[in-house]
Amino acid sequence: MTTAPEKTTAGQDRLVPGTPLLEVRDLHVEFKTRDGVAKAVNGVNYSVAAGETLAVLGESGSGKSVTAQTIMGILDMPPGRVTAGEILFRGQDMLKMSNEERRKIRGRKIAMIFQDALSSLNPVLSVGYQLGEMFRVHEGASRKEAKAKAIELMDRVRIPAAAQRVNDYPHQFSGGMRQRIMIAMALALEPDLIIADEPTTALDVTVQAQVMDLLAELQAEYHMGLILITHDLGVVADVADKIAVMYAGRIVETAPVHDLYARPAHPYTKGLLRSIPRLDQKGEELYAIKGLPPNLYKVPAGCAFNPRCDVATDLCRTEIPALHQVTDRDGAELAGRKSACHLWKETLHG
Amino acid sequence: MAEPILEVRDLVKHYPLTQGVLFKKQVGAVKAVDGVSFTLAKGETLGIVGESGCGKSTLAKVLMNLERATAGQVLYKGEDISRLSGAALKAVRRNIQMVFQDPYTSLNPRMTVGDIIGEPFEIHPEVAPKGDRRKAVQDLLDVVGLNPEYINRYPHQFSGGQRQRIGIARGLALKPEIIICDEPVSALDVSVQAQVINLLEQLQGEFELSYMFIAHDLSIVRHISDRVGVMYLGRMVEIGTDAEIYEHATHPYTQALLSAVPVPDPTGREGRERIILSGDIPSPANPPSGCRFRTRCWKAEERCATEVPLLAAPTLLTGDARHDSACHFAAEREVAAA
Repeated sequence: MTTAPEKTTAGQDRLVPGTPLLEVRDLHVEFKTRDGVAKAVNGVNYSVAAGETLAVLGESGSGKSVTAQTIMGILDMPPGRVTAGEILFRGQDMLKMSNEERRKIRGRKIAMIFQDALSSLNPVLSVGYQLGEMFRVHEGASRKEAKAKAIELMDRVRIPAAAQRVNDYPHQFSGGMRQRIMIAMALALEPDLIIADEPTTALDVTVQAQVMDLLAELQAEYHMGLILITHDLGVVADVADKIAVMYAGRIVETAPVHDLYARPAHPYTKGLLRSIPRLDQKGEELYAIKGLPPNLYKVPAGCAFNPRCDVATDLCRTEIPALHQVTDRDGAELAGRKSACHLWKETLHG
Repeated sequence: MAEPILEVRDLVKHYPLTQGVLFKKQVGAVKAVDGVSFTLAKGETLGIVGESGCGKSTLAKVLMNLERATAGQVLYKGEDISRLSGAALKAVRRNIQMVFQDPYTSLNPRMTVGDIIGEPFEIHPEVAPKGDRRKAVQDLLDVVGLNPEYINRYPHQFSGGQRQRIGIARGLALKPEIIICDEPVSALDVSVQAQVINLLEQLQGEFELSYMFIAHDLSIVRHISDRVGVMYLGRMVEIGTDAEIYEHATHPYTQALLSAVPVPDPTGREGRERIILSGDIPSPANPPSGCRFRTRCWKAEERCATEVPLLAAPTLLTGDARHDSACHFAAEREVAAA
């Protein structure tokens, strides 16, 4: 995993698909609050390469967004605190960098798309100004150049009549168009990696289809890496190459997309897949995972999922399961598959 | 079909747009709901789907009489309730209750759970006499799967799914016949959604409830509904049984909507054909003439701009494809669903 960092000149090198971009190693993040210490991220490992889409799947409070914010370096510290771990971007640990160095990476090398475009855009500045800001701040472009580039970007994310709309304000755009502007802003400096945190959750399905389509197209064109953070099992099945499932601040399962849906190796993943109603079939009563997501101030001992798990044993209540390499019945390793369950064999093969 | 418990005829809700401060004059109207008709049978679940701005939530408010209808009728057991007021309205409202989307804002944070669920009894004391109320509330908590001992707790002490159960208990308090659920699970986590949906289904069997289930998630609507209505820009564009809508949709908008829903199964995702609609939904203050979907429709012809398509079963179609669809060129899509 040690590739020498490529020379990055002002002109953008084309990304080669498959080049490792980002690796998160054993990341721990906690929040000190009045009520105690909330352990939001408890040892997260994942990696993403150029041209690859990693979906991070999890419910609210699973730590998926906190991990992303830590990668971007936009986590509020305090109350947040990274207690352990490394975030390697092209082999360099970003957690050891100075603010100055990180700022050079943020936006230019790693960009982020947020869920709620209306509150992420400044309501009193035109979208053209906000898009152009990227070029003025990072590349020292003049106002005129910046505006021209803003129009070009709006064109690229297919906003109709970009030249006329460049001076419009965020409220004059529809939700789908605003999310396109957010995507344009993330793309502005042609980053290597885009982190999209629930990019379509606030949108209607037909608009969601438009936006996901656009993202896929742009990714195919620029070969950037994409980390898609979501709770929507449908969206993940559509676009992801590989998936990391999070629960209570830990990765509980990683797998290539087809394997995960066909044969989950963790009871939580299995339960999630069984609990969603399907559009193409009318089912009987839904399977429901019992109980509630854990309280991060009081994560259960052992496996955090054990109080809600149908197959939990005494071992699960005392010992935290490691992220095991998953093998097939003959003991051959299954590529990219890991499960943090003591009973992964039974779950997968049983 | 069983006898209709609720019948809606040509329901219209326009919000006036005014200009001027002293001498207000109406310059137009936002046509939120513009001529919607359907029936709800006893014990049935009618799903209403559509995207934001299609008027589905306004429809719920008008049915509840939280908003006055501009025109049209809402017949509850044959009696028009859209013009009622005072004591007569109060009496009818007991039978139609609502469960709201957001369990965080629809419960008063300064009231205990017991007060929240018991409040309907203050307004309709005939349902539970004063001495029995505490017991009645505890029974309701038990029915929705919460510990009856939680009666003195406050909403913030509960998770989202539990709060939605409190909202459902409040809706059940007056033993209504109809419950209108406006996006009841969209604010909940996936693993909790299933619990609430199962609860709603179980209660329906237990209390013979009729549901109107408004949601934007088409998979959930299919799961829970007997019949489904699809709305676009204030109009009902297609309505039928769940199989008719999901497997034999004939309106282009329904087809586009269904094809846009991501399927939680990556098998064959490359081959899946998806209709990507161009543009955005037009403003309900100034909807297109004729068919409202024509500006985004790939089948649109001149006729669509001049002639409003009626919601009726196309005579040319047979089998499950023959159900109410408001399109001049109603036809099933060629490709089978993945």
